[in-house]
Amino acid sequence: MFRNQYDTDVTTWSPTGRLFQVEYAMEAVKQGSAAIGLRSRSHVVLACVNKAQSELSSHQRKIFKVDDHIGVAIAGLTADGRVLSRYMRSESINHSFTYESPLPVGRLVVHLADKAQVCTQRSWKRPYGVGLLVGGLDESGAHLYYNCPSGNYFEYQAFAIGSRSQAAKTYLERRFESFGDSSREDLIKDAILAVRETLQGETLKSSLCTVAILGVDEPFHFLDQEAIQKVIDTFEKVPEEEEGEDEAEAGAAQPAEQGGAGAGDVAPMEM
Amino acid sequence: MTFTIPIENGDAVKIAEAESQRTLYPYVTGTSIVAIKYKDGVLMASDMGGSYGSTLRYKNIERMKAIGKHSLLGASGEISDFQEILRYLDELTLNDNMWDDGNSLGPKEIHNYLTRVMYNRRNKFNPLWNTLVLGGVKNGKSYLGMVSMIGVSFEDDHVATGFGNHLARPILRDEWHADLSFEDGVKLLEKCMRVLLYRDRSAINKLQIAKITEEGVTVSQPYSLKTFWEFSSFHNPTASAEGSW
Repeated sequence: MFRNQYDTDVTTWSPTGRLFQVEYAMEAVKQGSAAIGLRSRSHVVLACVNKAQSELSSHQRKIFKVDDHIGVAIAGLTADGRVLSRYMRSESINHSFTYESPLPVGRLVVHLADKAQVCTQRSWKRPYGVGLLVGGLDESGAHLYYNCPSGNYFEYQAFAIGSRSQAAKTYLERRFESFGDSSREDLIKDAILAVRETLQGETLKSSLCTVAILGVDEPFHFLDQEAIQKVIDTFEKVPEEEEGEDEAEAGAAQPAEQGGAGAGDVAPMEM
Repeated sequence: MTFTIPIENGDAVKIAEAESQRTLYPYVTGTSIVAIKYKDGVLMASDMGGSYGSTLRYKNIERMKAIGKHSLLGASGEISDFQEILRYLDELTLNDNMWDDGNSLGPKEIHNYLTRVMYNRRNKFNPLWNTLVLGGVKNGKSYLGMVSMIGVSFEDDHVATGFGNHLARPILRDEWHADLSFEDGVKLLEKCMRVLLYRDRSAINKLQIAKITEEGVTVSQPYSLKTFWEFSSFHNPTASAEGSW
């Protein structure tokens, strides 16, 4: 994308009907480190890559519990993500207080999307620079949604956002048809394998990723490092064949994204 | 409460006006509601009377209404406040329907919403002068609860408001059991309503029974209970109490 005379204000349309500021906000999401979500009929798994500013610091938190039945993974400006998570928690708890009943996730994402839309139509605001993968339950089972800075939201069987997410998406596209009936364990395994795709050859260790799960009879919680390492161990034992094919595929699909996503180009506020 | 109203301060005048519009006493009131859980859902009974103090002024008031797809609300107390509550719930269920997303408010949610409304009004010293009974069925589960005008709220297998608390509850405690058939449930409610008819002066002999099951709500046509007034003690009521009437 190149600078042009229509991209200064979020309230300026381009002649081709685009709002460049909103699109730039979506670029910020692509710069953040990867977040992945997948769902079966009864469970949703969220996973992300742990990136730290430097070896000295701890990694940024990218997955948040919104309620026992809703969790969110973010990519992009984490500060914006934190603020939106707080909003989601607030909406959820207010609903629980008034109705003694969990807020259906489908309604929460609409509230979130409407909130994002406001920022695309006020000259004194800017769009949120964060993409949210919202996983949660409602009366019809488990759902996964992606909320975009543009104010759009979509429901997915599986999705990945952030840098090098294309590799994960390719992996998920191959498998998604079986996710609906997946067992809880298979779903977790697929999530971690998808995370591995985004690491581009770096060895997958449990310290590099965070995984959280929620389900129809399972409140939202994080998996601890041991549990993650155990899953990694089940497939890292056959490294040569699997990694060989995947790397070749991933390499082919990557050129477009690699442009701005090199480690040195990431702005400090984005994770 | 008296206080001087400074003319410059417009807000004080507004507050004074608001004060005089707080609920102080009810005017047109409905008497007891009795409700029980049974095999397929919930049964609720009420008469159709609206009293204006001691005058039985209105004899065709429906004090039970369906709310949304899954709930039935019965109210005793101030009828206009009941109508106000129906307006709130109408708005609530309308917004819920507009979502059109496969989710809907069940009886538990409506009961809790009403509890919040009643309690908040009580805190402002401006109560809705009602005791509400909320029954419903959703996803095969029956629900029956009650909220009072001060926000006291609970669930139970059988509830009664007003005089029903004193006259119907003992009968229900003795004779209610789980999985009553529809016929037995109606018989039990009629037994309670008959006692109320004899002993509650604001009750009239024109009642409705409402049923809510997974399929929905049906409110019966109004009908009367058979009563017996030939008890020997009714013939000479003052025989054992000289000077009374």
